Amino acid sequence: MANEPNTQTANEWPLWEVFIRAKHGLSHRHAGSVHAPDGEIALRHARDTYTRRMEGVSIWVIRSSDVVASDPGSAGPTFEPAESKVYRHPTFYVVPDYIKHI
Amino acid sequence: MYTTEMSKNPARPAAPSEAPELVAAFEARVANDEFIEPKDWMPEAYRKTLVRQISQHAHSEVVGMLPEGNWISRAPSLRRKAVLLAKVQDEGGHGLYLYSAAETLGTSRDQMIEALHTGKAKYSTIFNYPTLTWADIGAIGWLVDGAAIMNQVPLQRTSYGPYARAMVRVCKEESFHQRQGFEITMKLAAGTPEQKAMAQDALNRWWWPSIMMFGPPDDNSPNTAQSVRWRIKRETNDELRQKFVDVTVPQAEAIGLTVPDPDLKWNEERGHYDYGAIDWDEFWAVVKGEGPVAKERVKARIDAWEKGAWVREAALAHAAKQASRRQKEAANG
Repeated sequence: MANEPNTQTANEWPLWEVFIRAKHGLSHRHAGSVHAPDGEIALRHARDTYTRRMEGVSIWVIRSSDVVASDPGSAGPTFEPAESKVYRHPTFYVVPDYIKHI
Repeated sequence: MYTTEMSKNPARPAAPSEAPELVAAFEARVANDEFIEPKDWMPEAYRKTLVRQISQHAHSEVVGMLPEGNWISRAPSLRRKAVLLAKVQDEGGHGLYLYSAAETLGTSRDQMIEALHTGKAKYSTIFNYPTLTWADIGAIGWLVDGAAIMNQVPLQRTSYGPYARAMVRVCKEESFHQRQGFEITMKLAAGTPEQKAMAQDALNRWWWPSIMMFGPPDDNSPNTAQSVRWRIKRETNDELRQKFVDVTVPQAEAIGLTVPDPDLKWNEERGHYDYGAIDWDEFWAVVKGEGPVAKERVKARIDAWEKGAWVREAALAHAAKQASRRQKEAANG
């Protein structure tokens, strides 16, 4: 995943995050990272590294430094508000058994 | 491929500057089998232990390509050649997954590679032994990758998320490595007397180095207790070694080969094989780079790195040129 702090040395190829679509109909999922000087070579490296066993039908690559991530330190305030909102789930509502198709 | 902790210096306890409540919260998470992710707070000693272990593991994968690469051009059939190529390519990929995992801890791949080249970083001692015959390719897959799998399976639940995820991928790919090695050995063992002798000779030479791969015995492995507590390691060196011996001995017997250990015998009471004393002086000598082909291995890595430098630089220069051209076009456009 995105690398912080940035420790890339002057001559090192930048890091890219690789996303693979396993088959048509599914979304791309994060598979790992590769180093490459540009997007085209990042795609080639991603193909050689992450799809050697037919793991994918499509690849996305994105510069790791372009990933904006939420801060684990504020995971509480970010995600806890959803915990108390059980009414966002269908099981919150009681419907008698004799009511069908709902 | 695989690594073990080869540093004799125990990891230092929490630095005094680290806030006790952060340390306590971290210890609790780890004890609760939660995964630690790159941006989470972690003790400096945990980070350092991981960087050392993961980079060592990555180097082992990469150096591990050399003894096998040695036989690609001499594989006895097209099938064997295709398989060996695929295996060696996998090892390169495994190195890459592991370098990526280590990079999330705030080190760069170039720094790790430099540490390998200057001898500061270690790699698995097993690769400092030469591959003398084709049977060695069988023995490496069967024994060395077999030992690696034994070690890596529990690492899929190691406490550091990126390392655990890399291990899941590696384990998935590694099982073919062991099976193809066993198949080579099995075929040779069922062949002419000369072929069988070749298989036995390879087993004789690779057996002890393979069981040494699990690292020093628990009572002489200063980092084990801390690593187990941090869930970096899930089983001790001796536990894993015993498992490996227990599953491998019957495999050797099944194909008519003899494990080169006169003290090896089944212990009914323990439900395990007892095995003979391991020559740890040899192990430490090989760790220090005194293995038969240690210098050759590191030299091959350095040569590959230096000869590839122009390619890396040219690709970067090309990317920079393309980027500035696009910028100009956008400005004019």
